[in-house]
Amino acid sequence: MTVKKLSRLRRRKITAPVLLLLALIVVGNAYAFIGATVTTSGATASNARSTMVDEGREIFLRGCSSCHGLNAEGGGIAPSLIGVGAASVDFQVATGRMPMADMSVQAMRKTPVYNAEETAALAAYVATLAPGPAIPGAAQLTYERDGNTAEGGELFRTNCAMCHNAAGQGGALTQGKHAPSLMGVEPRHIYEAMITGPQSMPVFGDKAITPEEKLSIIKWIKAVENEKSLGGASLGKVGPVTEGLMGWVGGIGLLIGIAVWLTTKSR
Amino acid sequence: MKPARERVAGSVANFVDERVGAARYLKKSLNKVFPDHWSFMLGEIALYSFIILLLSGTFLTFWFVPSQEELIYNGSYVPLKGIKMSAAYASTLDISFDVRGGMLMRQVHHWAALLFLAAMVAHMMRVFFTGAFRKPRELNWVLGVALITLGIVEGFLGYSLPDDLLSGTGIRIAEAILQAIPVVGTYAAFFAFGGAFPGLVFIPRIYTVHVLLIPGIILALITVHLMLVWYQKHTQYPGPGRTEKNVVGYPLMPVYMAKAGGFFFIVFGVTAFLGAVASINPIWVFGPYTPTQISAGSQPDWYMGWLDGLVRMSPPLETYFFNRTISWNILIPGLIVPGIMFTGLALWPFIEAWATGDKREHHLLDRPRNAPTRTAVGVMALTFTIVALINGGNDIIATHFSLTINQIMWATRISIFVLPPLAYVITKRICLALQRADRDLVLHGRETGRLVMLPHGEFVEIHEELSPQEAFTRTSHEQLAPIPVAAIDANGVRPKGVLKDRIRARISKGILQEQIAKPTAKEKLELGDGHH
Amino acid sequence: MSNTELEPLKDPGLPAHAHRKADHDEAAAKRAERQVAILFLLSALGTVLFIYSYIWIAEDIYVFIPIVGTTNAHQLFLGLGLASSLFFIGAGAVHWAKTLMPDEEVTAQRHEMRSSDEDRANLIASVKENAGAAGLGRRSLIKRTLGLSLGLVGLSPLLLLRDLGPLPGDSLTKTTWAEGVHLVTDPGNRRLRPEDLEVGAVAHVLPEIEHPEHRSLNDIAKDALLLIRIRPEEFRLDAERLSWTYEGIIAFSKICSHMGCAVALYEQQTKHLLCPCHQSTFDVPTGAKVIFGPAARPLPQLAIKVDEQGYLVAAAPFNEAVGPSFWERSK
Repeated sequence: MTVKKLSRLRRRKITAPVLLLLALIVVGNAYAFIGATVTTSGATASNARSTMVDEGREIFLRGCSSCHGLNAEGGGIAPSLIGVGAASVDFQVATGRMPMADMSVQAMRKTPVYNAEETAALAAYVATLAPGPAIPGAAQLTYERDGNTAEGGELFRTNCAMCHNAAGQGGALTQGKHAPSLMGVEPRHIYEAMITGPQSMPVFGDKAITPEEKLSIIKWIKAVENEKSLGGASLGKVGPVTEGLMGWVGGIGLLIGIAVWLTTKSR
Repeated sequence: MKPARERVAGSVANFVDERVGAARYLKKSLNKVFPDHWSFMLGEIALYSFIILLLSGTFLTFWFVPSQEELIYNGSYVPLKGIKMSAAYASTLDISFDVRGGMLMRQVHHWAALLFLAAMVAHMMRVFFTGAFRKPRELNWVLGVALITLGIVEGFLGYSLPDDLLSGTGIRIAEAILQAIPVVGTYAAFFAFGGAFPGLVFIPRIYTVHVLLIPGIILALITVHLMLVWYQKHTQYPGPGRTEKNVVGYPLMPVYMAKAGGFFFIVFGVTAFLGAVASINPIWVFGPYTPTQISAGSQPDWYMGWLDGLVRMSPPLETYFFNRTISWNILIPGLIVPGIMFTGLALWPFIEAWATGDKREHHLLDRPRNAPTRTAVGVMALTFTIVALINGGNDIIATHFSLTINQIMWATRISIFVLPPLAYVITKRICLALQRADRDLVLHGRETGRLVMLPHGEFVEIHEELSPQEAFTRTSHEQLAPIPVAAIDANGVRPKGVLKDRIRARISKGILQEQIAKPTAKEKLELGDGHH
Repeated sequence: MSNTELEPLKDPGLPAHAHRKADHDEAAAKRAERQVAILFLLSALGTVLFIYSYIWIAEDIYVFIPIVGTTNAHQLFLGLGLASSLFFIGAGAVHWAKTLMPDEEVTAQRHEMRSSDEDRANLIASVKENAGAAGLGRRSLIKRTLGLSLGLVGLSPLLLLRDLGPLPGDSLTKTTWAEGVHLVTDPGNRRLRPEDLEVGAVAHVLPEIEHPEHRSLNDIAKDALLLIRIRPEEFRLDAERLSWTYEGIIAFSKICSHMGCAVALYEQQTKHLLCPCHQSTFDVPTGAKVIFGPAARPLPQLAIKVDEQGYLVAAAPFNEAVGPSFWERSK
């Protein structure tokens, strides 16, 4: 690259945007790389420690205690974790809700910060604080065999649809909270949500909804999730609102366009 | 020897004519002139949608069972197998999954219903904003208001027939409105439902209303509506060659027949296309109706959405006296406000005629800008309805746009009082500004953007004169003067009925005083040719 | 007033007819004809697609279409076939009218709506003569009794409507709940003990009846109940209402006091109940008082207690009518 060539290149219109793009790519990748390195290095460091509970405690102190207190006793901005059980931790952390990204009214499902091993460690630690619901194992989650889809639908519509919508698409609560969509949620997490009652969701104890009934609900949710559209594009599965919009825009709008064509003189 | 085709046609025509003798009437009719404008086809969309509803609906009646008797479902939709449900719901599931073409017909029927009502609303707006409801068409306007009211009821009853969770909730709410009526409410509700809610007779009863009574009345009203249009001849937009005493367009045969007939097939085709690719009212997702269940994000169909929105934003007003309850929070949004709106709508032609003092026949339409007050009132009413409609979907809007239902509720509670008057003022100003623009255009011509330097150094922009046709279209409208106030006579005596007349004169002044005067021929002459 | 001051611009008459290509160019006309023919043929193809789909496409095949998503093939192609068969007839007819049919605008005269004075006079005279012959004006006895009979005959059909339904009576104020009636889960019909509900839990319940499989929707519409457990110290109730709760468990009618939807959306942290129909919000610790939305009354509370075997039962029937308001409802 001669100086002359460089100075010629420098004067072209496209140079500035290209350089900017390049800079963004470099900085962005560098950040991602360094950020990733930080977490993994932390994990590899603590692998050298003794038990899972200790590891969990380490992670807790590093990432959770600033809101939940040094002994998980809770505080003004976060509830106590004593007695919430391993199930709560697995639900909140493995779905990425915790740690919360910002202090809004609702913890949103997002990409988890901690990997499976770290989540298990956290859960093990919190479980030692006081007795609480355990993480359901594979033996407990035999919904394919032991669940009844139709019965699950009945249970869902009575106990869940008023918040999560009859098709599990989610719904509005007060003051900006919402019951999230249940599509693409792991069966384990659905079970844990029912037994722990995260945030606004109430607790559905095993006497109110038996374990078999919970499996039926999960089986029904999975059936709805995997159900292919039977009548055409589902228009968001929100019902009359989008249907009306489609009727006006796609129906009347299209027909008015055709009417304009119909009444214009041909060349 | 005439060709075979002509001979057969001739003998058929002869057969009919010898019994009916309609040759002269047919000749006149086949040459009847229809003006051609896309905005005149909105009513056609409604008419054709109604025919589609009749056809697809008849298909559905062959399989639908209008009964609330409970049975255990044993059809092909697995997630509901073994569930207790009404025969109505089960038969709708059968139509959707076990009758070939059933899902298609169900969807075509429901899409056609949405289009029917949307087209009626669009058509009504066109008629309103162009002043087509003026004498001699006031009766047709009233018929139209009746048709749209019947359409709304018919649609509500129609989507309630499958007895699913979503529409059953709507029926619960309708029953609550009925029940809330003072004095006779509980009796009306018990008579309608054959006892307590939900009972066993409501679906069979509304089936008769939906399939026989209302379609029959609608068909009869549409017939009168169309006969009036036929007899009074269609209105037309102002323009060169068009006067109050003629109608300019194309003859029924062959052009109008081909275009209107073709449009029927197009509307049917578009509706069938929607039925093919877009899912609507997937009742299997909602489940059968039971009063102990409800789905988040429950709304009625759009044409009732504004009513739902009004009910949602109502303040919690109830009054109690002597062991009696009056639920203003239900009566006002559910009955009183809609009652006022539809009554006002039906009476509008008479209100406007009274206010402007205009008792003449009108066959030329108004350009909306030339009737600023009417246009502004129309936009105001639309704004009101749209704010209510938005509130009807507040929970869906909240989840999809990250707002809170509380925010939306308060926003619409305030907007519904603030936005309509604002819309009135803004629309009126825009209309007057457009009138001013028209006047400028006629007097000074179109700006071409070409600059010319005159010898003494001045720059002028060349204006292109409007053609006589364009100029005429912009100036052929009438500008009425406000009604004068009856004066007190020389002896100081007030004429009789003066308060009513004063109100009327005041209103007509508000409507008619503020107009931008049309340019006259003289003004045009004075301006000479196009340089400016 | 007609002086040139106010005279509007003159009507220049209908614009000159603009000829279409097909009007004078034979090749263009032939091309238009071919286009119309193609459109009609597309419609025929649509019908073929419809018939093929109906008979030969199995009902359990799904296809992926961009924008529409994965959808049932039978239903999709049936619909597309029907849509094309209809749409292209219309498109063909319209294109034919636009390109080949005469497009000269014609003018017809309107006639005044009002009948001529002569016709009006003739009609009035004729009616007067014929009505006079009937003698209605003179024979007032006939007129009066005709009015009476016509007025009365309309009453009979009204009376036929009486059996549309029973009179309401007190059915709006009565539910199945009474002292000692057990609370059972909905669905499932299992009895509940207080320890089955932890703090923050809800249960949807109905009254226990002998044959739960025959439970009627009419009864459900009044009996549906929601059980909520909070910490007892969080209640803000007067002594009487507090006595209707049991160790932090409180029971409310699930039927909204506004318009009767099922109110069951319980927010565990705020302890609010939200009705999804019109967003009425009820505050549980203060006895389901309305804090937002159009509902005017709190949800009726059911008094509950525990029987000797430890199951939750109702302690008394509801003290007010459940569900939406009505005229005869006393507070």
